[in-house]
Amino acid sequence: MSGIDVIGLTAERAMGMLRAGECTSEELTQAYLDRIAAVDGDVHAYLHVDAERSLAAARAQDAVAGDALSGVPIAYKDLLSTKDVPTTAGSRILEGFVPIDDADVVARGNEAGLVSLGKTNLDEFAMGSSTEHSAYGPTRNPWDLTRVPGGSSGGSAAVVAAGCAPWSLGTDTGGSIRQPAAFCGLVGLMPTYGTVSRFGVIAFASSLEQVGPMALTVRDAALLHQVIARDTDRDATCTGPREPIVVPDAGRLDGITFGVPRAELEEGVEPGIRARFDESLAIATALGATIVDVELPYSRHGLAAYYVIAPAEASANLSRFDGVRYGLRVDAPDVRSMYEATRDAGFGPEVKRRIMIGTYALSAGYHDAYYVQAQRVRTLIRQDFDTAFQGVDAILLPTAPTTAFPIGARLDDPLAMYANDIFTLPVNLAGIPALSLPNGLSDGLPSSLQIIGPAHSENLLLRLGAAFEAEHAFDVVPPSMRSGA
Amino acid sequence: MSGVELTADEVRHVAALARLGLDDAEVERLGRELTSILAHVNTIAALPIADVPPTKHSRDSADSLRPDVARPGLPREDALRNAPDPSADGFRVPPIGA
Amino acid sequence: MSAPWQRDGYEAVIGLEIHVQLNTASKMFCSCPNNFGDEPNTNVCMVCLAHPGALPVANAEAVRQSVRVGLALGCQIPDVSEFSRKQYFYPDSPKAYQISQYDQPLCGEGIFRVPGADGFTVRLTRAHLEEDAAKMIHAGGEGGRISGSAGSVVDFNRVGTPLLEIVTEPDIRSPEDARRFLTLLRATVIAIGASECDMEKGSLRADANVSIRPIGSTEYGTKTELKNMNSFRFLERGVEAELERQLGLVQAGERIDQETLHFDPTTGTLSSLRSKEQAHDYRYFPEPDLLPVTQDQESLAALAGHLPELPVARFDRLSEAGLVEATALVLATDTGLAAYLDDLALRTGDLKIAANWVMGELQAHLNADALSAVQSPVTPERLAALIALVVDGTINQTAAKEVFAALVADPAATAAGVVQDRNLAQVGGDDALGEIIDAVLAAHPDEVEAFRGGREQVIGFLVGQCMKQSGGRADAKALQGLLRARLSS
Ligand SMILES: [Mg+2]
Ligand SMILES: [Zn+2]
Repeated sequence: MSGIDVIGLTAERAMGMLRAGECTSEELTQAYLDRIAAVDGDVHAYLHVDAERSLAAARAQDAVAGDALSGVPIAYKDLLSTKDVPTTAGSRILEGFVPIDDADVVARGNEAGLVSLGKTNLDEFAMGSSTEHSAYGPTRNPWDLTRVPGGSSGGSAAVVAAGCAPWSLGTDTGGSIRQPAAFCGLVGLMPTYGTVSRFGVIAFASSLEQVGPMALTVRDAALLHQVIARDTDRDATCTGPREPIVVPDAGRLDGITFGVPRAELEEGVEPGIRARFDESLAIATALGATIVDVELPYSRHGLAAYYVIAPAEASANLSRFDGVRYGLRVDAPDVRSMYEATRDAGFGPEVKRRIMIGTYALSAGYHDAYYVQAQRVRTLIRQDFDTAFQGVDAILLPTAPTTAFPIGARLDDPLAMYANDIFTLPVNLAGIPALSLPNGLSDGLPSSLQIIGPAHSENLLLRLGAAFEAEHAFDVVPPSMRSGA
Repeated sequence: MSGVELTADEVRHVAALARLGLDDAEVERLGRELTSILAHVNTIAALPIADVPPTKHSRDSADSLRPDVARPGLPREDALRNAPDPSADGFRVPPIGA
Repeated sequence: MSAPWQRDGYEAVIGLEIHVQLNTASKMFCSCPNNFGDEPNTNVCMVCLAHPGALPVANAEAVRQSVRVGLALGCQIPDVSEFSRKQYFYPDSPKAYQISQYDQPLCGEGIFRVPGADGFTVRLTRAHLEEDAAKMIHAGGEGGRISGSAGSVVDFNRVGTPLLEIVTEPDIRSPEDARRFLTLLRATVIAIGASECDMEKGSLRADANVSIRPIGSTEYGTKTELKNMNSFRFLERGVEAELERQLGLVQAGERIDQETLHFDPTTGTLSSLRSKEQAHDYRYFPEPDLLPVTQDQESLAALAGHLPELPVARFDRLSEAGLVEATALVLATDTGLAAYLDDLALRTGDLKIAANWVMGELQAHLNADALSAVQSPVTPERLAALIALVVDGTINQTAAKEVFAALVADPAATAAGVVQDRNLAQVGGDDALGEIIDAVLAAHPDEVEAFRGGREQVIGFLVGQCMKQSGGRADAKALQGLLRARLSS
């Protein structure tokens, strides 16, 4: 066992230790591997850990005169392709699949000298809000092992909360970074659409999703976002950030105007979540910010629009899993029955549900009523945000209306599961950025504040987040995960 | 809220389009679940927004075209590495069938 | 319009869908080489194989060439166009959707004119850019066909080849016109350099939508689709066969089914193909991985301004210069030959004489030696020198042919040199010809008698004899004159 206490260790601090020569990347990596060995049996956040590979990567970083982040460990959501390392998207249909190249974001991580600790669990193909829809079993919330960590990037959240990685990458299609960050007491950033490459990210809903950082602090999130937010020639929709990402310091909020869509808070928000949210409004005011009401009248239709658009895109994106070129194949006497048997055996119930909705919504006779209508609602949701941002700098909402719910509680009610994303998915439909950060506890479980900004306002969101973070003074380490606990 | 009830035949038709081989129990379950999800989705069906242009792309047009420069493809071993049923030089599939 | 296909009160209604593989260096949505005939599965990548997470990025040159084709065909070019996903499951489609275009193609409506005395116009519906499918090698089935196959092996080299699909309105009225239209369209695409349009290699593929209707009717009958006819002759024959089949059905009181047919050129028969997606529910929607492609008027004008002379315009020019239609058409549709002609005409100053040489001796030699015009050892410069010797009377036509053959055989030879070495200059002067005439008349007293008795045609025989005497070098025109003068004196 190494002597490094990785519980609650920020990436920034880890970087400082490495640069100061207080430890090597190999020692640090070993400390995380030890931690994983100790607690991941309970949390089940990793799908793939290759200790030898990680240690070799760490030694490689130790061997060169590293700078900045080199040698800092990281965990990647198993939706991100990793060259020569199995990548499953949490699905049986990709069991044994080994990508021939890294996702762009992983390549950027490698270039920065980050050391991969492994691949994290997720809802199958990122379809879910609890990580219960993984073909490889659910991940448990480090704050309460009987509860879900959120999803779909539940593994990426749980590894950080449990001290099994200093930070991680997740993907967000309707809240899949922010909601698990909220449930696990972390910072999560959903970037502006088109600022982070999707190449190598196993596609769920192409027009909605981005990769983003999950971290213990706002500064860590900014540091990791600096690494991944880059232009690429492998994703036609990505042009990188408009300005360099800045690592923020805490400060006051004088001159900032926040909008609060109060009408959206009327229903379905747990009292504890609401109370923490109201406290944050008071903090904002105390820091010099102005709070005004805004209206987002079409946001309430976001859920319906999302559950047409995302499954429609998913139904096409998942058609490539046909047993011909990679992945699972169930043998059958002809091609068609091979397709049907393979896809029946390879996909889990939630994935089938969404493929069915999407196929139905695009099929002859329904296309206009469902798909086109949903895209009209999307236009209106965008316009709502555009209008709101003419009067305010950013919008505040809880990230999720509830704290982490018990494992199994919503599995039989897809609509109730989907409803957990009502505050996050309008952001994806609008293609704008949002930052989720811890906002105190509600009944011992993390509550969370979401700051939504106009396109390309990441630096503003990070700066605002740093200001709240300093006031909240949230202890990111779950009680049961504390050293000696 | 308009009531759409998916019949078993409709479920089977959609499953056939999506090449999902479903057993009867799955057809029954999905029929039920899709009906309730579509009932919610239908809350937007009646919105009087026919004149609103649909969002067809996630972002505005950017200079997103690629210069026409060829680079060698993968070594064939790599191309075939993940194939469930590779031949010496390709991907085997069962007969197209009747 | 050439004779429309009309039988027993019915007329033909034909539209074409033409797929043209663009000859870019790389594929449509990835940088794999766009090469025909390489070892299977060697020009493939994550995008070609639809690996999870692979994304398409559109080839700027394919877009540019498509727009050039559209401009050359007289299509409107919209400001914005977008890609869409066309979904169907088949092993040749790795994503199970083809990236194609739906309601916003790169090239919109156009009108294409087939010129000539019996010319006609065909309205173009659109031309859209898409990606080609993979190739399946069917094992075990007879002749590589699907039926009875023991399975297939998929080769993804061809997948992602840029493919421009050109769709016409059903404005064509006979199988022959279908061939004429396609010939000219192909020549146009070749002329601008967007594709080789080699039907044998599949870089040009044509499907025909065929129906019949009572003459004078403005409604359309049920159409069938003839797939992938891989030569002009098969296109013409296949459409003819299908028209006859439909007429037979209608006359027998039977229904025509909307179906896809395959024409077997060896037996001349049509067979029904199984459709890829029985229900044909392609579930199109805008491709979220690609952004719309925009065109600005300035760049469009620049592209249009830099198109080469197109076959239709060339036909008009050559016809107006006095070439007969058949000649003008051949030259209009063969860019290489036309360039040779223009060069030659510039050097000789006479398009018609140049055209005669190009269509005659030159073409015969190119065909015999399987050369293109630009490859011929007889350059326009060398041929022009030969023509000059004919025009100034140094040699006659017979000798000119011999000189041409010598120029083919020896790339270093010059026309003047050959004439000198082989003593091919015309025997012209009155004295020299007079001697020959004297000898011939003396040798054929009966024929002389017959001519004088009124059998004028005998003169031909006598001219021939004189020519023979001269070793083929006599100036035929001068010879006739002198001979007539002598006989009538
Ligand atoms: Mg097509
Ligand atoms: Zn490729």
